[in-house]
Amino acid sequence: MISLAGRDILHGWGKFVLTGFGLGLLIGVTLTMGGVYRGMVDDARVLLDNSGADLWVVQQDTLGPYAESSSIYDDLWRSVAGMKGVEAAANVTYLTTQIRRGEEDVRAMVVGVEPGVLSGPGQPRYLVAGRHITRSHYEAVADEASGFRLGDSIGIRRNSYRVVGITRRMVSSGGDPMVFIPLKDAQEAQFLKDNDFILQQRRRTEANPSLNRPGIPGLLESVLASQTGNSTVNAVLVRLAPGADPEETAEHIRRWKRHEVYTREQMEEILLGKLIATSSRQIGMFLVILAIVSAAIVAFIIYTLTMGKIREIAVLKLIGTKNRTIVGMILQQALGLGVLGFMIGKISATIWAPIFPKYVLLEGRDSVAGFIAVMIMCVASSVLAIRMALKVDPAEAIGG
Amino acid sequence: MSGGKGITVEGLKKRYGSGETAVDALKEVNMVVAPGEVVGLIGPSGSGKTTLLKCLGAVIEPTAGKMTIGDNVIYEEKWKIKDLRALRRDKIGFVFQAPYLIPFLDATDNVALLPMLAGKPNGEARDRARELLDALDVAHRARAMPSELSGGEQQRVSIARALANQPPVILADEPTAPLDSERAMAVIRILNSMAKQYEAAIIVVTHDEKIIPTFRRIYRIRDGKTEEEAGEGRSTEPT
Repeated sequence: MISLAGRDILHGWGKFVLTGFGLGLLIGVTLTMGGVYRGMVDDARVLLDNSGADLWVVQQDTLGPYAESSSIYDDLWRSVAGMKGVEAAANVTYLTTQIRRGEEDVRAMVVGVEPGVLSGPGQPRYLVAGRHITRSHYEAVADEASGFRLGDSIGIRRNSYRVVGITRRMVSSGGDPMVFIPLKDAQEAQFLKDNDFILQQRRRTEANPSLNRPGIPGLLESVLASQTGNSTVNAVLVRLAPGADPEETAEHIRRWKRHEVYTREQMEEILLGKLIATSSRQIGMFLVILAIVSAAIVAFIIYTLTMGKIREIAVLKLIGTKNRTIVGMILQQALGLGVLGFMIGKISATIWAPIFPKYVLLEGRDSVAGFIAVMIMCVASSVLAIRMALKVDPAEAIGG
Repeated sequence: MSGGKGITVEGLKKRYGSGETAVDALKEVNMVVAPGEVVGLIGPSGSGKTTLLKCLGAVIEPTAGKMTIGDNVIYEEKWKIKDLRALRRDKIGFVFQAPYLIPFLDATDNVALLPMLAGKPNGEARDRARELLDALDVAHRARAMPSELSGGEQQRVSIARALANQPPVILADEPTAPLDSERAMAVIRILNSMAKQYEAAIIVVTHDEKIIPTFRRIYRIRDGKTEEEAGEGRSTEPT
């Protein structure tokens, strides 16, 4: 028996291919939306992986440093580093801000790290060009996605930094590329006040009789010095010694240092379950809507194609074609359209995914799930057309 | 070859609806068409021609009467054959006013489709199709799609399709309506020739005054009743 669906497709291949192309673009958008979600999840995991930390010590009652603002003193790391089970501890600051690249702005996460500590937690994991930060000021290592090259100048707040190293896949949970600068500079950048504010603050302090007492020399200077100092960081990242139990060490730090401590699992839960949860739901909604739109389009196309063959179906029925053959013809066309659409969608998504400003991760398992979903959608969408075809009366082929 | 007795219809009735709104479309239809014979079925609009054709084609169920194809009673107060689809496929050929060829199949496959539906292997079905196309003088257009065929060629392909499973009965519904006199005569000539060659009983429903004189026997249907008339049986050969 010849394939009626195949012959029909070959006969009107131009219409079929164009229809498949349109459907394919829609499927491509759907796959890309899935890829955007996967990219967000991957960015979050990469952020944790590349931090090189097993524990995050942050301000009490906060979800810092990625989900909430956290501020702790920068001398805490010393005592944490000396605790049982801790191999290394390091201060870090995180500040997502606009930085200057020539005449334009780039959104980036500025990370403050101790210079010269090459393998400490929080440091860029590996470089693709240049070297690590070795000086205490005005050097930077930038992620390649930021667009900076070796030797470029980065403007952050009032200072400029020279790019000495380029790293890769060091991004924030939002996908912004990271720029590493020396910790002191980062603290200054994060807590820097403008000159007018400092002037006003000095005047207010001088005018305060309890801070500017005539009989106590040096008090005012001390107070002013404490107001202009930057002695806080956002978190202390801890790397555990081999064999150390994360939960036990975290509990130890919580108890003795009276700070919040998160393990890797807890931090991942914060990033995935809280920070990008709304975005995930948003994308989920988009996926559902796109799936419904795709199904409606496939249903409409198959219905229209079948409508155009009412007379042929009546003739086929009259000359003895089984319903099974007619249903098979419609189903095969729907599935053929789905296969073509999926192929075009997959190719399109693969081509345009790297062009997206944020990371789009197209996973194989998503493609398999997408293909199965498209096939199910095509079968479901052809139900209307099949029902119509089964209702066609063979008598329609005869007379008036 | 069917080798049967053509088609016999006795006291066939068809009623649409029930009660006061019931309409008797066929009141008393009696017909006998022998193998190799071509008869005309004529009548004014609304006389019941189409209803009769649908009953004969096993598309709608009569209300009463008896229909026999060859030696097989196919209807007597109810369908005697369960698989009407197979009955239509194997026992009845259809030729329509418009050829209604399947637009995505070429001439050969349009004809071969029927034997394929009947379970014949593709090669055998295509051989049969080519044989019929050759008999109908359209073998040279065997690979052409319907849209590439002239009206006359399409009609010949549709006749070949009707003959594909060697049915004992062929129902032709206004097969010459869209054709000019010359082509109409050619179609009737072909039907006569095929009826003899394949021993098929052919019933031609027509309004076409040009071809009515060519039938040896005519059934005139009026108000749901048939009357048999002798036709002129004029030659269909060009003069």
